[in-house]
Amino acid sequence: MTVMIHDPDLIEALQDVKDPEIPAVSIVELGIVNLAERRGEEAYVELTPTFVGCPALDMIRSEVEKRLAKVDKVEKVSVQVVMNPPWTSDRITQEGRKKLTEFGIAPPLQDMEELHHRVPACPYCGEVEGDVHNLFGPTACRAIYYCRRCKEPFEGMKPA
Amino acid sequence: MHGKLVDMVLTNSIDRRALADLLFQLADDELCIGHRDSEWLGLAPDIEEDVAFSSIAQDEVGHATFYYELLAELSDCSADALAFARPANERRNALLTERENGDWAHTIVRHFFYDTFDALRLEALADSEYRPLSEGVAKIRREERYHLLHLHLWFVRLGGAGGEARKRMEFAIDQLWSDVGGLFSWGAWEEELLTKKIIPVSSFELQHRWQERVRPVFAEAGIPWIEDLQQPEKDGRVGEHSPEMDRLLLDLSSVYNLDPAAQW
Repeated sequence: MTVMIHDPDLIEALQDVKDPEIPAVSIVELGIVNLAERRGEEAYVELTPTFVGCPALDMIRSEVEKRLAKVDKVEKVSVQVVMNPPWTSDRITQEGRKKLTEFGIAPPLQDMEELHHRVPACPYCGEVEGDVHNLFGPTACRAIYYCRRCKEPFEGMKPA
Repeated sequence: MHGKLVDMVLTNSIDRRALADLLFQLADDELCIGHRDSEWLGLAPDIEEDVAFSSIAQDEVGHATFYYELLAELSDCSADALAFARPANERRNALLTERENGDWAHTIVRHFFYDTFDALRLEALADSEYRPLSEGVAKIRREERYHLLHLHLWFVRLGGAGGEARKRMEFAIDQLWSDVGGLFSWGAWEEELLTKKIIPVSSFELQHRWQERVRPVFAEAGIPWIEDLQQPEKDGRVGEHSPEMDRLLLDLSSVYNLDPAAQW
């Protein structure tokens, strides 16, 4: 994969743009910014969705346009939605994973192999003994698990 | 944006029509099955399935949107117009995807058959020479595997449960089996699509792979395997559909038809 060189001012500004469904985590921490660079006076950004049908993407796009328009020496903002390279749950940063846990959503298990039936640690108590309650959850990227110690369900991001 | 492979395909009008036909098959399949999934909202047997089928519906319709957007780039139509404003005889979905939801067993059998087929189709298209498609497919496959896992579980569970569940499963399989053969067709342009390597696998091979994959799941569910797949009476891939499709479109497009020019 080509290594993308991001513009540091743009990336810093994009830290202010949050996932509307998980407001604790920025889109940079979530790993959906493929590229953010200056092309003369234009800020050019490539976003890639967590799930193809993610309904939050339009909202995120307009937040990106609004935020980057305020950056120094930016006259125009272009946002492209791309599928390549695709988002995978391994792209969530360490900081992002920490913030997800604090928000009450277990970060996704890493290394995709046969993880669909394994259960992440409970974000409330850290217990690793749990069950898959539902492979599908309140958003396309989340599943519902059950913590055997809390005796409560919790949400987690799916490995994808 | 997608580079020179698009240009390669577009220089020849036959190839361009072949490609569009393939994209319509993908888009129309996903839109129909996604719409049928969404009809379970509030009616599924338990709250978990309500959540699951809403989520699956959202994924399928999202995939349809991706394919309609690729089509919009090839034509003068918007993705919305392509999804909502085309009559049944221009639709390229397989009949299996348009069938009305029966009972829960019917839904599980239909979706499991379709998801297994779709997984194989996507596996093949991941090697398509048409890059905008193969890139999207790489992503979509990571989502579809959850659907298949879920539907596989239900198929085996209901089959293995015996009693009424088993009886309903067998009835649903009987009802749906004659539609299965219609899934594998690549439509009127298979030869052109194969020559251009837009599809890397023939419909014959696709059907063979499907049988190889589904047969062991029948065994797992304790359901006797049915050897023969029939040629469908109506071929959705060339625009032949059932009256169920007309009712589906009426429902699906009801909001769009109130004001087709509305901005959303």
